Amino acid sequence: MPSSAIISVKNISKIYRVTDVETLALKNVSFQVNRGEFIAIMGPSGSGKSTLMHILGALDIPSSGQYLLDGMDVSKLSDDQLADIRNQKIGFIFQAFNLLPRTSALKNVCLPMAYAGISKAQRLSSAIELLTRVGLSDRMYHTSNQLSGGQQQRVAIARSLSLNPTIILADEPTGNIATAQAEEIMAIFQKLNSEGHTVIMITHEQDIADHARRILFIRDGKLESDHPVSKRRFSKLKV
Amino acid sequence: MMNLLEIIEESFGTLTLNKTRTGLAILGIVIGIGSVIALMSLGQASQKSITERIESLGSNMLTIMPGSMTQGVVRGEAGGRTTLTLDDAKAIASSDQITTIKSVSPEVSSRRQVTTASSNTNTTIQGVVPQYTSVHKVEIASGNFVTQRDVDSMTKVAVLGPTTVTDLFGENAEAVGKTIRISGQVYTVIGVTAAKGGTGFNNADDAVYVPISTAQKLLLGQNYVNSIALEAQSADMMVEAQDQVGYFLLSRHKLSDPSQADFSIMSQQDMINTISSATQTFTTLLSGIAAISLLVGGIGIMNIMLVTVTERTREIGLRKALGARKKTIVTQFLTESVILTFTGGVVGIVFGVATSFVISKVTSSGFVISISSIFLAFIVSAAIGILFGWYPAKRASDLEPIVALRYE
Repeated sequence: MPSSAIISVKNISKIYRVTDVETLALKNVSFQVNRGEFIAIMGPSGSGKSTLMHILGALDIPSSGQYLLDGMDVSKLSDDQLADIRNQKIGFIFQAFNLLPRTSALKNVCLPMAYAGISKAQRLSSAIELLTRVGLSDRMYHTSNQLSGGQQQRVAIARSLSLNPTIILADEPTGNIATAQAEEIMAIFQKLNSEGHTVIMITHEQDIADHARRILFIRDGKLESDHPVSKRRFSKLKV
Repeated sequence: MMNLLEIIEESFGTLTLNKTRTGLAILGIVIGIGSVIALMSLGQASQKSITERIESLGSNMLTIMPGSMTQGVVRGEAGGRTTLTLDDAKAIASSDQITTIKSVSPEVSSRRQVTTASSNTNTTIQGVVPQYTSVHKVEIASGNFVTQRDVDSMTKVAVLGPTTVTDLFGENAEAVGKTIRISGQVYTVIGVTAAKGGTGFNNADDAVYVPISTAQKLLLGQNYVNSIALEAQSADMMVEAQDQVGYFLLSRHKLSDPSQADFSIMSQQDMINTISSATQTFTTLLSGIAAISLLVGGIGIMNIMLVTVTERTREIGLRKALGARKKTIVTQFLTESVILTFTGGVVGIVFGVATSFVISKVTSSGFVISISSIFLAFIVSAAIGILFGWYPAKRASDLEPIVALRYE
């Protein structure tokens, strides 16, 4: 295995069992992701791309196959070790933002750092810096329900960055926000990628996917195509 | 890992964030604990006040009642309770065989209408002998009590209880020397007794005392007595006194078998026991209600905790997704439950004690708080609150984060 592969997925399958009906969400998916890549995963709804993302984010476990994250076999890790991986190695961004309700942007960003055992003063200064980086320096004390969709997603991005993870996973990060704000999110992702973060995002919009360097296409739980982006788009916004 | 102090801080933050939910959970615990404490103290207070009232009637007292013993063979009572006479009392007082009795007080009583020129009342007429004061611990506030001469010469004099004085002559009026009419006969008031502070049954303050001879012949037309009260030499001679008087009266009434006795002798303790068994039923009833309210309170606490945590399964999923370890989450929810149940518990205790206090003021009964009921209520509620705060949180934290996050 080349040392640059941060994610290595071999023959991963996921079966959901609802009462007596078995649904095969993923069928023998294999691919590798190198450090510093920017990948878009595309596919119609129900194709299994979200399931794949949840497995990559250690939020779910595959039914069979092997998932090596930075050389570690994720299926062999304990619950606490998985928690630490989610905390420190992976920054996960949800389509529905998933901020703590009625809680300030600042506190939301502080939360993963609290779980990592970072001191309160250190947490606050990091959170302020991160929120400033995503352009929310004037919204830090707003609670999540006082922010627009795009602003909430930027808080979620700041939160995902709080422990400087190597991998950033985004599940349809622009799915619930306006187009203009989506452009801002892409600008942030491209900037993060240029700083060395590995970024993987799910999208079903071609022009969002074109911001990445490589596109994986999934259909019916199978990896259908895997190719680099021919005409890459670059966000004109400055962040 | 987050340290405990930070988890506690986080718990407080979450609780203050959802004031309605927190308030409802605390309210459930307050009602659960408060009602149990109030009910149990109400039961205990009424039992205590009844016992105290009986004890105030005289502690060395035995009472001979006509009719059959309460235990033993059931006897018919044809002719009414006429088996005790003034002569029985005199015989007991003068007998050489009876050494344990200090004074003997034969009594007759009946309710009659008592009138003055301007007022009237319906009260108990007690036919008494001078020994009545000693046996029943009655004190004289003004004037004199009935004397032996009054009894011997059947004079028409009366001693009034303070409540009767108020009823007939008004508050703080001077009654000695005035006259009252009982069943149309004129009696001169010669004294007023000191207040004993009773209410309701057997109220010594609402009575008219007349010589027993006068009562028997002129008012009631009966030659038997309703009861004979005895004062034992001391409290530890009660059982002996009961035996001596019992056998003496059996032989006097020419009865050989104690089961055929046409009288019964009750000590103060017997009366307390009899009445206690009645109040015991009452207390048991109240305890039953208290137990039910503890159960209902417990179910209320259980519900609110279950709903709260189940509703927060998504939050637990999110916290896990962000890197919280299982133990951190369980500790946070456990801390929240402990804060809720203890806050609710303390408020509930204050609420329960305050309620009991108000009830005792309103009903002017005693104020009794039992520490055991407080402990019981608190421990049961706290255990339920903590268990049902902890268990669903534990269950939710066992889920894969994505399953918890998708929970509806």
